[in-house]
Amino acid sequence: MPAAISPAPALNALPSAPGVGYKPQHFSQILTDAAPVKWLEIHAENYMGDGGRPVAQLRHLAELFPISVHGVGLSIGGEAALDTTHLARLQRLLAWLEPSSFSEHLAWSTHEGHFYNDLLPLPYTDATLTRVCDHIDQLQAAIGRPMLLENPSSYLAFAESTWSEPEFLTEISRRTGCGLLLDVNNVFVSANNLGFSPQGYIDDFALERVGEIHLGGHDSDTDDQGRPLLIDSHGCAVVDPVWALLDYTLERAGPKPVLIEWDTDVPDWPLLAAEAERAAFALGHLPAVASEPVVRA
Amino acid sequence: MNRCKQAHGTAFAVSQDDFTRAMRDASLPIPLGLVDQDGSSAGRRFSVYRNNIAVSLREAMHSAFPVITKLLGTENMNGLSRLFLHAHPPKSPLMMFYGAEFPNFLEAQPQLSHLGYLGDVARLELAMRQAYHAADATPIAPDTLVGLSEDALLTSRLTFAPALHLLQSPWPIEAIWRFNTVPQAPAPQAGAQAVIITRPEFDPVLQLFPAAGAVWLDALQQGASIGAALQRATATDADFDLSFPLTLLLQGGAITGLERKR
Repeated sequence: MPAAISPAPALNALPSAPGVGYKPQHFSQILTDAAPVKWLEIHAENYMGDGGRPVAQLRHLAELFPISVHGVGLSIGGEAALDTTHLARLQRLLAWLEPSSFSEHLAWSTHEGHFYNDLLPLPYTDATLTRVCDHIDQLQAAIGRPMLLENPSSYLAFAESTWSEPEFLTEISRRTGCGLLLDVNNVFVSANNLGFSPQGYIDDFALERVGEIHLGGHDSDTDDQGRPLLIDSHGCAVVDPVWALLDYTLERAGPKPVLIEWDTDVPDWPLLAAEAERAAFALGHLPAVASEPVVRA
Repeated sequence: MNRCKQAHGTAFAVSQDDFTRAMRDASLPIPLGLVDQDGSSAGRRFSVYRNNIAVSLREAMHSAFPVITKLLGTENMNGLSRLFLHAHPPKSPLMMFYGAEFPNFLEAQPQLSHLGYLGDVARLELAMRQAYHAADATPIAPDTLVGLSEDALLTSRLTFAPALHLLQSPWPIEAIWRFNTVPQAPAPQAGAQAVIITRPEFDPVLQLFPAAGAVWLDALQQGASIGAALQRATATDADFDLSFPLTLLLQGGAITGLERKR
């Protein structure tokens, strides 16, 4: 038999179905009553210990579900070189787990050897574009697969920026071959905070490069002028306008893997599963238009 | 659409140095190039980052040191965490191992000198966390030691699971830990205590260990033979019997190898 022609590697292998961010307190309920959750996402850094329960649970879950590994500590947007020790930890995790997807953030968290445990913003200039692309090239070469890069939540802007965020992300994807992770809640938060149209942002986004969509809850504060300032918290349910923005996105992008992120004040499983059910409804009620062809890196 | 695309030029470039300095020190002005959608100073918007980082690291300290937090009270713990974070900011994205310098830091605080046990209790909490994340290991079968001649046993060396920790303290650390984590546990009485932490499956188990047993185990961990370690233990306690500490270690799945003298 002639050897099959192997297709170009896809951006990832997650199903276009709902997933949730995995929390250990849901372990046994996921094993008995996962529906409608079809895949799980983990934070890479929480599974870089040497062993014990976290690693054992992950091994078990990986036999039952597609797993997406979501890094929060690589500092891809950092001015400094990537931390090769941390990169090696990531390589080890991806090597044994062989997950369906790997993603990270357009952000930085480490500077001068100090880790800030948050996703910090960067200006969008030609210089930062080159730096981010260099880091992604290095990362993708090290892990031997394409990654997805996530759009951030913004609370402020940089006067020095010369690129819009969708254009910046599109150009990174074009130069490095990486896919994009579109966080619809982040778009909503940033649009409110920086006064742009969230639908306009989606219109400008390279939807054909999107391998995954995130949804989450946000908090609300005010800025110095008394204008609402939304804060990405992943600590509550997804609000209706963000669900509407998901519909708007899916109508244009076609079905995608959709993740519910709920990281603080983690709810009981039925409430998280209900959020996933709502994502399943959104995915199942797309207008009958030809969906985008499968994206190849 | 994105207002940040306005041609502001590069007059107010903000380096990550500028950003982190202002983030760590709230008395510093917000860097000029950080703006809102109208080009005005970011103001409170920058505080979101200051706040996120302070809260996330404070919560990391609470979950890393729950007993210390209980002993000091949340407010005192928050104040100390702030000082500690300033002196020892995290150096790795692996927050699960953050706080290794906290025991020494607590012992160096003059205002806490009357609470001499805090350092060792913090060491115990660190060790519990390290044991939780330690590499898995296959223990020897308990009957491995059965049938060995006394000479064979005494000349053998033991290897241990990475999850095993031994702590010796002049303070009643096991009693303090239990009193603050287990309902209806008795109040601690003054006195030195040695403990071992083992991880039979996934949950670390804290157990009191005899003082002479701690001398014996410490020698074994440094590579002494069972007999040589026994000599050191009996020098501190002539009645030392290794069967009890050996049983605790075997039950905890802490012994992973027996190396016979060749």
